[in-house]
Amino acid sequence: MSTATAPSTSSSTTLRNAVIRLAGNSQDGIQSIGGILARLAGRTQQDVVTYMTIPSTISGGPSIFQLHLGSGEVLHAGDDSDVLVAFYQHSYDSHISALREGGICFYDSGEVTGLKNERGIHHIGIPFTAATVEAIGGSARDRGKNIFVLGLLCAVFQLDKEKVTGILSRQFGKKDESVLRNALLAFDAGFAYPIGDITTFNFEEGEHKDANRISTDGNTIMTLGLIAAGVRYGSAYPITPWSSIMETLRSELPRYGGLYVQAEDELAAVSMTIGAAYAGHLAVTGSAGPGLSLKMEALSYASMAEIPLIVINVQRGGPSTGLPTSVEQSDLMQAIYGSHGDCPRIVLAPKDVEDCFYIALEAGKLARQYSCPVIILSDQALSSRIEAFTEPDLDKHWVEPTLDLSDRGADFKPYPLDGVTHHAPPGTKMAGKYPHVTGLEHDEWGHPSGNPKMHQKMTEKRRNKLVSLSQKLPLPEIYGDQEGDLLLIGWGSTFGPIKESVNRLRAEGHKVGAAHLRHLHPMPAHLDRLWAKFKDVAIVELNDSGMYGYGQLATILRGAYAEPKIQSICKTDGLTFRIREIVTGVEKIMSNH
Amino acid sequence: MSTTTFDSSAVAAPTPLITPPPMAAEEKLTKKALTADHPTWCPGCGDFAVLAAFYKVLEKLQYPHEKIVCVAGIGCSSRFPYFMNTHGIHFIHGRAIPLATGISLSRPDVHVFVFGGDGDGFSIGGNHLNHAARKNIKLTYVIMDNFVYGLTKKQTSPTSPQGFKSKTDPIGSIDRPINPMKQLLASGATFIARTHAAQVKHMVDTFERAIKHDGFSVVECLSECIMFYEGSFDDSWPKKGGAFEIIDETQHDVKDDVAAFKLADLPSPGKFGVFYDVDRPTKNALEQKWIDDTQAKLAGTSQKDLLKKRLEMMR
Repeated sequence: MSTATAPSTSSSTTLRNAVIRLAGNSQDGIQSIGGILARLAGRTQQDVVTYMTIPSTISGGPSIFQLHLGSGEVLHAGDDSDVLVAFYQHSYDSHISALREGGICFYDSGEVTGLKNERGIHHIGIPFTAATVEAIGGSARDRGKNIFVLGLLCAVFQLDKEKVTGILSRQFGKKDESVLRNALLAFDAGFAYPIGDITTFNFEEGEHKDANRISTDGNTIMTLGLIAAGVRYGSAYPITPWSSIMETLRSELPRYGGLYVQAEDELAAVSMTIGAAYAGHLAVTGSAGPGLSLKMEALSYASMAEIPLIVINVQRGGPSTGLPTSVEQSDLMQAIYGSHGDCPRIVLAPKDVEDCFYIALEAGKLARQYSCPVIILSDQALSSRIEAFTEPDLDKHWVEPTLDLSDRGADFKPYPLDGVTHHAPPGTKMAGKYPHVTGLEHDEWGHPSGNPKMHQKMTEKRRNKLVSLSQKLPLPEIYGDQEGDLLLIGWGSTFGPIKESVNRLRAEGHKVGAAHLRHLHPMPAHLDRLWAKFKDVAIVELNDSGMYGYGQLATILRGAYAEPKIQSICKTDGLTFRIREIVTGVEKIMSNH
Repeated sequence: MSTTTFDSSAVAAPTPLITPPPMAAEEKLTKKALTADHPTWCPGCGDFAVLAAFYKVLEKLQYPHEKIVCVAGIGCSSRFPYFMNTHGIHFIHGRAIPLATGISLSRPDVHVFVFGGDGDGFSIGGNHLNHAARKNIKLTYVIMDNFVYGLTKKQTSPTSPQGFKSKTDPIGSIDRPINPMKQLLASGATFIARTHAAQVKHMVDTFERAIKHDGFSVVECLSECIMFYEGSFDDSWPKKGGAFEIIDETQHDVKDDVAAFKLADLPSPGKFGVFYDVDRPTKNALEQKWIDDTQAKLAGTSQKDLLKKRLEMMR
C-alpha cells in the first residue's frame, strides 16, 4: 500500500536491544503507536516490555510510553533510553536526562527550543506537526503526528514496514476510509522524511522461533485467562486500573453464555459475585486497593462460609485515593490479613504479563478445590504494559464451565470437619435436610453454633485446608547462583527487573540468585531451604519499609521464619524498579559485612 | 425461561448444565417438608406468623422443593432461612439483595426469596434496594418491619417514628423516618405492597401476588417486636382496637404511581395491600436477550474456538 522508500543513510548498526521513550501528552496517541510497535515485536519474533505513565487527569497531561525491544529476552522496560522522541518543550525538559550518553533525541522543531548540548546526545529536529499537516492536508491539524513518528521510527530502526502498515490497516480499517488513508499518508511522510546523515539501526534476528507469539497487556490476557478457567459470571464497580478487565468481561461473556454485572458499589459487586458462586458458578470480582478495602467484610464471609471466589486486585499507589495511575505493591498485607477475624484465603501474584493468563487459570482451580476466596494481586504496571509471549495452548488449558447439581445423599454435610467443603448449590435435590450456608460459626450441617470446641475445630478446618495446600506447592526455582552472597526474593511485576539485576550482579562477579513467589498465601512450605546457602536475603518490593525497616513480604517472612538475615529493598516512587536501584540496594546490603 | 445458563453450543455432546435429576415420585411440598430448625425468635414475635404464611404460600404454589432458595442478611428476621428446610444462605448485614441478585441473574431456574428487617433493608442496605428496584431483578423481598433494632436490643431504626424512645434516642427519636412505600415507588420497584403480621390471610394473598410478579417485588410486612416495641402496630390491629384498612383496588389503579404516592402519604397506620404493580422487562430477561442475540450470530462456534480466535487476533 505504501510507496515511500526509506531515506538513504550512510551506515547501519546492528542492535540486540533498544529502548525508545515517546514523550508527549496523553491525547497524542503515543500509547497507540507504542502498542503498534510492541505488537510488531511479537510478530517478528522479538521480545518487548513496555512501560507507560498516564496522568490521572480526566483528559490530557504529560504522558510517556517507553518500549524496550530486543532480539533476546527482554526483562524490563529499560533504565535509560537510547532514543527519545519529544513532542513538546515539557517532554524534552522532563525526559532529556533519561536519555543515555550518546543517545538520539528526535524533537518537534516547531515546539522545542533551548537544546541542551550535553553528554554527546544527537539532536534531530523535525517539524512533526507541520510535516504531518503537510502530508495529510486539509484541516487535520496535528492529528496523526503520532503516526508520522511511527513512520520515522520504522525507518530509523529498519522495522518491517509491511507488517507495520498491516497492523495500521487493521487498526484503522474499520473506521471511515479516510481515516486509514490519512494514517498511511502520515506514516509514509514520517518514513520518508530526510533525517540527514545519521546511522540507522537494524535488529538482530529475533530468537523466538515459535510461530504463535501474541503481544498484549496484562489486564487483557488475565481476562482471557479467566474465561479459559471457566469463569462466566461476576460483578464489579469501575476503578482504575481494574476497569478494563470488567469492561472486557462485560462485552465478551455473552459470547460464552455468561454475564458480567456493573454493580452500584464495591460491596454490592462482591456480594453479587458471592451470590453467583453460591449458585454454583465460578465467579470473579475485582478492583484496585480502595475497592478491595470495601470488599473486606464480604471476603471474610466467603472464608467463613467457604465460598469459592476469584478476586482480582490491580494494585495502584496508596494509601487512600493515592496515585491511581502509578504502580505499587502495598496491598499484600491487605490481601492476606485485611478482613476481620481469622479468615484464611489464597493470595497469588502473576510475575509478568504472560503469567496473568496462567495465574487466572490457577486461581479458578484453587478456588474450587479449596472452596475459599482466591485473591490475585496484579498491579498497574502489569495491567497496562505490553509484552510478547507464546500464545497459550487452549487445547491444554481450556476448562469447561461446570455446575454440579447432582443429587446429594442423606449424609451430605455442607461443612464436614473431616473434608473440604463442596457446596450443594440451589437446584440440587437433597435426600436429607437442605443445607444452610452461613457466616455465623456453625456445625457441620450449617446450623449456627456457639460451642467453644466447635469454633476451635472449624477455625482449624478452614486453616488446615490451606496448610495442606502450602505443603503441595513446589519451592520456586532459584535463578542464577544456587548459593553464595545474596538471594533476592520478589513477587509480582518485579520479576523481570530482579532477574536482569541478577545478570548484572553476576557479571560483576557477585554470587547472587533470585527466587520469585507466585503463591503469597499460603507460601510454599520450607521456604527457608531457599536461602539456607546464602549469606544474605533481600526482599525486593514496591512498598514502604515501614516502622521497623522491612517491606510487607519481608515482614511476613521474618515473622514466619525468625530469620534475621532477611532484609528489604523497597521504594514507593510510583515507578517500576530500575535495574540500577536494585543493584545499588544489593551492593549496600553486601557492604554491611 | 431458559433452563441453561451457559450456552451448550458446539460441544460434541452437549450436556445441559441444569438437569433435574430423575426422581421416582415428586414429593409433595408440605409444611412438614418445609420446616427446619425451631425459630429462635422471642415468644410473641410477629415473625412467627410471617413464617407460617410463607409455608402456606409455598404449599399452594408447589414449586419443586430444590428450586426454592431463601436469602437473608443480618437481623432477627434475617434468621428466616434457618427455619426453612430449603436451600438457604445467611449473608452479611445489608447485602442480602445484591447476593440474591447474583443468584437470580445466574440461575433463571430457581425461585429467589429474600427476608430481612427494616435496618437491613432501609439503613445499611438502603442503596442496594434502590438499584435492585430500578434494575427490576427477578426476586421477592419480604421486609419484616418492626420499627426498631431488635437483635441489638432497642436502638432507633430508619422506620422508628419521631419520639420513639430507644437506647440511642433516650429523649425520643428526632429524625424523620423513611416512608417505605414512597421510597420503593421512587426507586422503580415494579411490585410494592404492604401487609401486617397479624393478618395471616392478607399476608398469604399478598405474598402470592408478589411471588407471581415477574420482576422485583417487595412486601413490607409490619411485624411487632414484642420485646422492644410492644404495641407498635396496635393502631392497625382490630383485635387491639385499631383499624386494618385494605386498599380497594376498584378505586385504586395499581399502575398509577401518583395515586400510589398519595396512598403512601396517608397518616399512620395507612392502608394495606398492593400499592403498585406494573410490568416492565426484568434485567434477567434483558440480559438473556443480549446473550441469545450474541450467540445467534456465532453460528454454533464452540466456546473454546471463540477464545482461540480471540487470542489469534493478538498475534
